[in-house]
Amino acid sequence: MKEGKYTFVQGNIACAEGALYAGCSFFGGYPITPSTEIAEFMSEKLPLRGGKFIQMEDEIASIGSIIGAALSGAKSMTSTSGPGFSLMQELIGYACIAEVPCVIVNVMRGGPSTGLPTSPAQSDLLQAKWGTHGDHPTIALVPNSVEEMFTETVRAFNLAEYFRTPVIILGDEIIGHMREKFRLPEPGELEVIDRKLPDVDGLCRLPYRADGKHPACLPNFGASRFHVTGLNHDESGFPTMDPSIVQESNSRIIDKIYHQRELIDKVETKYCEDAEMLFLAVGSAARAAEEVVEEYRRKGIKAGLFRPVTLWPFPKKQFIPYAEKAKKIIVPEMNLGQLRTVVERFARSEKVIPVNLVNGEPLDPEFIMSTIEKCSK
Amino acid sequence: MKYEIRFSGSGGQGVITASVILGTAAALHDGKNVIQSQAYGPEARGGATKADVIIADEKILYPKAQHIDYLVSLTQKAANKFIKTLKKGGIVIIDGDFVELPDSPDYKIYRLPITSNTIAKFNRTTTLNVVAVGAFAEMAGLVSMDAVKKAVIENSPAGFEEMNIASFELGRDLARAAKKG
Repeated sequence: MKEGKYTFVQGNIACAEGALYAGCSFFGGYPITPSTEIAEFMSEKLPLRGGKFIQMEDEIASIGSIIGAALSGAKSMTSTSGPGFSLMQELIGYACIAEVPCVIVNVMRGGPSTGLPTSPAQSDLLQAKWGTHGDHPTIALVPNSVEEMFTETVRAFNLAEYFRTPVIILGDEIIGHMREKFRLPEPGELEVIDRKLPDVDGLCRLPYRADGKHPACLPNFGASRFHVTGLNHDESGFPTMDPSIVQESNSRIIDKIYHQRELIDKVETKYCEDAEMLFLAVGSAARAAEEVVEEYRRKGIKAGLFRPVTLWPFPKKQFIPYAEKAKKIIVPEMNLGQLRTVVERFARSEKVIPVNLVNGEPLDPEFIMSTIEKCSK
Repeated sequence: MKYEIRFSGSGGQGVITASVILGTAAALHDGKNVIQSQAYGPEARGGATKADVIIADEKILYPKAQHIDYLVSLTQKAANKFIKTLKKGGIVIIDGDFVELPDSPDYKIYRLPITSNTIAKFNRTTTLNVVAVGAFAEMAGLVSMDAVKKAVIENSPAGFEEMNIASFELGRDLARAAKKG
């Protein structure tokens, strides 16, 4: 083992530790299985570091609180699961248009509605992308290990602060609740990005003027005053219906992400170069898929795994060359075909083998292999 | 090598804690690759709870147990439910005071009087789960005893370290006696 401090904790705890590492100083949330350990840990640890923890009355208030805290200068986070994530959607859009950095963790469970509170699912992959109304930017990260729950949470804060936008972490019950060993990074070992502050005191006149392709700097409430609204607004932050300004600003909040994909994209590939059977999977389903890929390789079958760690925006530039070469694309997921709809934009649907499980049981390697066999007959 | 161990019982018996102790020992003190996980229903008490530990030298890909090598069952309900998840040739440790399973050529079964001995020694059943950890550790020999002892202490509430270590040793004694048969 590499030297250092090792820990054996649940994914949810690793996520909370990652938030503290990134400098999170505000957490507002409402407990819900299977994410509760995150709030629990933050309620204990944040105050010890001078941060604030508030248990809000519901999830709408929770995301409202982190948006407010972020505007006042805090790095802020909330955690929830499917039902709470649904309630948060409207204000996620608010954070997108008002360009407020914040981190929302959704430890996914079975659904729809109250569904299966203690069971794993990947039921909110598309809700993370399209849950809030209107065209909007989405960055969503999907960790598949306890260590990644830590490192991806740090990255989520970095992306949120850099791009001035909400970032979503999609965990699932398996990754959130399992314990696995990992080495806690030393302070300074991982990059931690703080938001750029504008050079103003008092009244900030143009809090929404972008700096080239970079997002505008975000002044802190308290240090300066500016106007924040969910209405379309001009560079001053005040509402406008001027068509050219609205066209420009609606595009800008999306373009700021697409113009710097290299800072956001992250994929893990295994044996993809010559893969005839290409697996596309995220989160815990990707671990089952990886075991199948290894098993197939032992049998001489050219299988490979493509795992988006950043799911949204979808890493199509990296995926398309492998998808074109592959004879079959297998998409195992704990939902009824959410990722498949994405894959079918880039590959002929005859090539795609969906592997879907929504019964609350973990999607395991045997289920993937038996589904492929059935489809191949 | 890769082994899968399943602790099972009723919610509230400390089945998950037992798996965390074993997992901590193997992961942090014996330097193995380990994944611990659990499955439970919405209820806080009762039901049939399971908690699994996978211990391996190699990297563990799929994180859930699939072919159980060792099953520890503290209730009849859990034993009935999970015996079918045991690999052929696997080993079962049951609390012989309350649980009964038939002998079978498919598995080797050890019936340990866990509850009666725990009550006789401590006058309560609080540390039943730690007794089970001791029994398993002695029976399987997969983790070093020092590692488990450290993990028992790390996972003990303040003031209960001694009682938990005594419980761990009781479990080992019961396993040694059962092995001698």
